[in-house]
Amino acid sequence: MTGKLKSLPGPDDIYREVLPNGITVITRSNFNSPSVVVAGFFEAGALLDPDEKLGLAEFTASALLRGTRKRSFDKIYNDLESVGASLGFSSGVHKSGFNGRSLAEDLPLLLGLLSEALTVPSFPKAEIERLRAQFLTGLAIRAEDTSDMASMVFDQILYKGHPYSRPEDGYPETVQKIRCEDLVRFHREHYGPRGMVIAVVGAVKPEEAVRQVRRALGGWQVRSQKETPELPPLKLLKKTVSRHYRIAGKSQSDLIIGTNGPMRRDPEFMSASIGNNILGQFGMMGRIGDVVREKSGLAYYAYSSLNAGLGPGSWEVNAGVSPQNVKKASGLIVDELKRFVQEGVTAGELADTQANFIGRLPLSLESNGGVASALLNIERHDLGLDYYQRYEGLVSEVSSEDVLITARKFIDPERLAIAVAGS
Amino acid sequence: MKNNLTRIALSNGLKVLIKEIHSAPITSSWLWYRVGSRDEVQGRTGVSHWVEHMQFKGTQQFPANMLDKAISRDGGTWNAFTYMDWTAYFETMPSDKIDLALRLEADRMVNSRFAPEEVASERTVVISEREGNENEPLFTLGEAIQQTAFRIHPYHHEVIGDMADLRALRRDDLYDHYRTFYVPNNAVMAVAGDFETQSMLGRIRELFEPIPAGREPARLSRPEPPQNGEVRLSVEGPGATSYVQACYRFPAASHPDFFPLSVLDSLLAGPSNLNMFSGGISNKTSRLYRALVDKEYVVGVHGGAQATVDPFMYTITMTIHPKRKPEEALAALDRELQRVRQEKVTKEEIRRAIKQARAIFAYGSENITNQAFWLGYAEMFADYNWFETYLDRLAAVTVKDIQRVANEYFRPQSRVVGTYVPLDGKAR
Repeated sequence: MTGKLKSLPGPDDIYREVLPNGITVITRSNFNSPSVVVAGFFEAGALLDPDEKLGLAEFTASALLRGTRKRSFDKIYNDLESVGASLGFSSGVHKSGFNGRSLAEDLPLLLGLLSEALTVPSFPKAEIERLRAQFLTGLAIRAEDTSDMASMVFDQILYKGHPYSRPEDGYPETVQKIRCEDLVRFHREHYGPRGMVIAVVGAVKPEEAVRQVRRALGGWQVRSQKETPELPPLKLLKKTVSRHYRIAGKSQSDLIIGTNGPMRRDPEFMSASIGNNILGQFGMMGRIGDVVREKSGLAYYAYSSLNAGLGPGSWEVNAGVSPQNVKKASGLIVDELKRFVQEGVTAGELADTQANFIGRLPLSLESNGGVASALLNIERHDLGLDYYQRYEGLVSEVSSEDVLITARKFIDPERLAIAVAGS
Repeated sequence: MKNNLTRIALSNGLKVLIKEIHSAPITSSWLWYRVGSRDEVQGRTGVSHWVEHMQFKGTQQFPANMLDKAISRDGGTWNAFTYMDWTAYFETMPSDKIDLALRLEADRMVNSRFAPEEVASERTVVISEREGNENEPLFTLGEAIQQTAFRIHPYHHEVIGDMADLRALRRDDLYDHYRTFYVPNNAVMAVAGDFETQSMLGRIRELFEPIPAGREPARLSRPEPPQNGEVRLSVEGPGATSYVQACYRFPAASHPDFFPLSVLDSLLAGPSNLNMFSGGISNKTSRLYRALVDKEYVVGVHGGAQATVDPFMYTITMTIHPKRKPEEALAALDRELQRVRQEKVTKEEIRRAIKQARAIFAYGSENITNQAFWLGYAEMFADYNWFETYLDRLAAVTVKDIQRVANEYFRPQSRVVGTYVPLDGKAR
């Protein structure tokens, strides 16, 4: 059988180089399939959006492939789709990013398009209006989606007064206000090589991948690239706050109960992650799944998740339940959170989850996309090229006591955000 | 053994396909049963899917909550899917742990308990799953179209089943269904990954061969008669967005026309991606995108071909532009389909479709779970040869073939058109 450690990315087979203009290129070869993935991130996230034009970062990222100074929208996609390649841009809160893939033979095409889209987008007016109509339809669909709306209301409660309370895709009225000039200005002020990371994974040698990235983007210089502002401090909830968003005519309601979680770089991240797995992931959605789905039959899905990024994260439980069962399910979930912070986890549960984390790692690194995500994770959070090889040790050193201390630090069952969307 | 692939049948009729792949220390095991929603009569709709749920509720040897934990502990991932024609169970595990998956599948082929209290709690879970589906406009529209398009053939109901049946099905209905269809001679085992073929085969024999063959389960066979004339329907519901689905009769996946139709699908709406574990590509230069999205009749258009045992449908889904009416979008769609029926496509368009298919195949082969998936999936509607020769058969498609199938299958007279009418705050 293939060696386990050999399959995990590490300093021996990850190649990393910082180009003179500041772009970090990180690559790993995989010749098992003739395909290649190019993924990355750069500054220019939704944090930079003015309130009245919320959605600007997302709109700008989505508009990059609507036309460049060299190619029309139709030409761009004709070039991509004719060879079965794909490329897309999207925006998050802190950063924007891209993801593309092609057969290895078409990597130059993919990188050429990436370069054009990033450096010389033309934001053609007619295309921007088409895109706006698509966004507005997306927002109309969001307004009817119980899961999306519960999530939006949850963020509004948990992050009241903080930029994280704002949806990255904006609101219909803010998207209506965004003009072509706004996109041009946003691109000019915030797009640039500083802080950009590009991962290339697949059937290409590392030195060749770097050479191709250098040729495509090595000459890009932007003097006007602005810094992303610091996040303001977060005000924690003083008591439990609940809100119900009504959407008529829905058979099922979505429920989110949660609180703040650690940042990815916090020392508690691993113990929180292990605790979360026991709470609402392991096996059939952990303790939450056991109580809400298996024992009570109240929901098809009921799980917890930890969202840890560059800023204060969230730790939340999601469930889809019949409108008449919302109260009952909420009660069961809050009881489980209480038990979690009072009793912590058992040695058996901890051992199970540690084995799960260690065992499943190779699965998450199977495809080129999985490896590219892992490499970007290393860069985004400064984890070190040997992170995945140290991972087993990091998981194993977490104790039940660590999990309990972390759970108590973040979860207070008397101070929860509770959001419901549905009939 | 060809291309590291071994195919055999055990003495009890279980078909086994094994493929060695040493790219990662991972093995994926799939067990496929020839049973799905098309094997259900009125009053028992949803039984196949519910049985699939019950397969996670434990046996004597592997009690319910122990199963999930055992797989998770070993770092595995597992799931199951019920479709119209089949039900499949898979586990992808670190290779040195795959034995657990093999033992588990052999055990639950015969020993699932279907305890009454578990049936009772799963009833509300399945109802909840259906309620979640009902929140989606395209589910309610799709369900109405399917019921209309298939009056005779059992493809006429959704896999999840009708609410009335989900409330009424009894424990014994589920158990009878399980005992009837979960027999080795109605199953295909497919394993791909990092192992040595002979030892894997030996272990499969050891675990599965003692299971006795059952009676060959009969499948419902009620061919849908030809449709004479277009059918239109509408469904109302919450929201502000209209959708139109135009559904055309398509042949079975094993029919030779499936291949020219796949090329046609690719150039009309962008290639349908049949991989289960790997995404597809965008469709912004497909003919329908150019005619409908670029011209602002719709904000999105997608085509979907499905590989089925019996003839099913090809569905074109349009999300209507807020400033347009559904009829305008449908008229624009008709003009474009008329064009493909009347004018020959170019050789270049065919070459492009083949390259797209080749790329999508390459993306799918990055992943062992997806490769194991194909071993069994292809057997459900044809055989693995179908998958192996797919690209060659696409490459053999001619301009003439495309025009012929466009005229034969994209006839307005044999389609069902459904419109989702959003109430936009108005009372129903």
